[in-house]
Amino acid sequence: METEKNITEKQLHKDLLAPVFGFSRRFWIAAGVLSFVLLAAGLGFTWMLIKGLGVTGLNRPVMWGFMITNFVFWVGISHAGVMISSILRLSRAEWRLPLTRAAEVLTLMALFTAALHPIIHSGRPWRTMYWAFPYDFSREIWPNIRSPLIWDVSAIFTYLISSTLFVYIALIPDLAIVRDRASGIFRSIYGALALGWRGTNRQWQLHGIVSVLLAALILPVFVSVHSIVSWDFAAVTSVEGWHSTIFAPYFVAGAIHSGVSAVVVVMALMRWFYGWGKYLRPEHFDAIGKLLIAIALGWFYFFSMEFIFGLYSLEGPEIALRNMQIFQPPWSIFSIVFLLTAFFIPVSLLLFRKVRRNILAMFFLGITVNIGMWFERFLIIVPGLARKTPFTFDWGTYRPSIAEIGIVAGSFGLVFLGLLIFAKIFPLVPISDQKEGQAFKGEIQIGRVKIKTTLQD
Amino acid sequence: MTDKQVLGLCRDADTTARAVEALEKKGFSGNEYEILTAIPYPEGTFGEKPGKHRLYIFPFIGALCGFSAALLLTIGTQLFPPLVTGGKPILSIPPMILIMFEGTMLGAILFTVIGVIFESRLFGPKLGLYDRRITEGFIGLLITASPERITEAEQIMAGAGIADFKHSLTGGNNK
Repeated sequence: METEKNITEKQLHKDLLAPVFGFSRRFWIAAGVLSFVLLAAGLGFTWMLIKGLGVTGLNRPVMWGFMITNFVFWVGISHAGVMISSILRLSRAEWRLPLTRAAEVLTLMALFTAALHPIIHSGRPWRTMYWAFPYDFSREIWPNIRSPLIWDVSAIFTYLISSTLFVYIALIPDLAIVRDRASGIFRSIYGALALGWRGTNRQWQLHGIVSVLLAALILPVFVSVHSIVSWDFAAVTSVEGWHSTIFAPYFVAGAIHSGVSAVVVVMALMRWFYGWGKYLRPEHFDAIGKLLIAIALGWFYFFSMEFIFGLYSLEGPEIALRNMQIFQPPWSIFSIVFLLTAFFIPVSLLLFRKVRRNILAMFFLGITVNIGMWFERFLIIVPGLARKTPFTFDWGTYRPSIAEIGIVAGSFGLVFLGLLIFAKIFPLVPISDQKEGQAFKGEIQIGRVKIKTTLQD
Repeated sequence: MTDKQVLGLCRDADTTARAVEALEKKGFSGNEYEILTAIPYPEGTFGEKPGKHRLYIFPFIGALCGFSAALLLTIGTQLFPPLVTGGKPILSIPPMILIMFEGTMLGAILFTVIGVIFESRLFGPKLGLYDRRITEGFIGLLITASPERITEAEQIMAGAGIADFKHSLTGGNNK
């Protein structure tokens, strides 16, 4: 079992800057594979643009399908960064240090990918500008702020800008490290990005303050984003299973659950891909595993309440929908997969320390949770629309087309390619934080045991 | 008169703290020296005085600007189109609150970032007198003073145990 070792500054730079200053064959292979996956989305999207929305499986009454499911899924994943970075920063959890940036960048990539989905889903992406931004003065077309879809735009736009700035501000000291090792044009580029950072005590003092300040400011935005996404559904009174008052906290808890699980997957990939076993150690997986148990239990509470109160109302249509979700295939199969993969399998396994410290097991559990959480969103969105209601003249089920499957697959390619490219340009593990952790850690002997300590200002 | 700069470099925080103490004893003020480090040392490690800043004002100004912009946007977009509201009020308050909340937070965050760039004097890629070894773990003690005082500062730093120096003639853009 790997344990924490003292790493010299030279070794730390060599390890963590290796992806920035070198090109490995692995990088090109991974970039090639991910680009190929992304191409699937490109082809699906182009086909849809040429032929129209008819090439998708969307039809009356199911007008929201894979793309909106994927939108909600990626918005959920985007909650990883703030959860890991802000909440753990404010609570001074030291184990977060090597994972913060990867989680924050995952937030950026996931949010960017999520934002693309409603635009793609509209079928005529250029027209979405009319309802999203107040710019068409000549024809007097203005956004209808009463629509939850406009709330989405404002919340996601705010979250995307805030997360980008959060990542950038945290990155400045590391950009200075890269600048000091780069040469030629790259030195100028990194120098410009580092804004003349020299590490004066004033700069460090303000950097520390702004990290906490931004973390505290982003937290309410983080809660608002998925609350507003939930109101895309909850504000619709005519669809059973959507119109629920508990949707906002339920969605936020679900987002944290899937987001933190995605961070586990990214951590394992970083460890294997870049050989950063010294930095992402089993104890980090252990800590995040414990966090996941707490989050999963919280999420399950909201899920149970949403379900129970749906039934408790004893309203016919609501009961019919739940009946459909639980007893009618294929929804019943999806429900079983969802419950097993999102909650019962991961939580029961995460209770064991051996599992939490096993990187491969954690990697698969992270994927498992996200499979379940994807199905959760699918089960919220589609069955409610597909169910026969008295006043609809047309109903039916939903079968995703190859174009939609391509777009969903490509979205994964986009997020991971984004992470890979980011790691090629910028340090993916915060070097300054690592150095600080190394400098201020120690051990004290109490009786016959040695206790690890961390000095905090 | 043009100020000169000298940068003393050493590996050890104690040596730097001794040098700062000696400089202060000889009448060098906090405005004349800066400590450059690769990691954030706890405040007062080198005996330096805590710096004053106005960073906390920025989020409030930003929040106010963001709130005002969102208020104008939400009122404007509802008043401009001749929307039939069936007797209901033209301005729909609950969605306005949501968008104004996002606008307020966006303004606060944008201004916080502007604030930290401004207050940290991060105005561009120019570094002034600097050494790449600082990001390798060396601690830099940068003195900006008149040419006569610079020689004295260098002697004081040498007396405290700092052996590595760099010099520059500059307008002192490091403040």
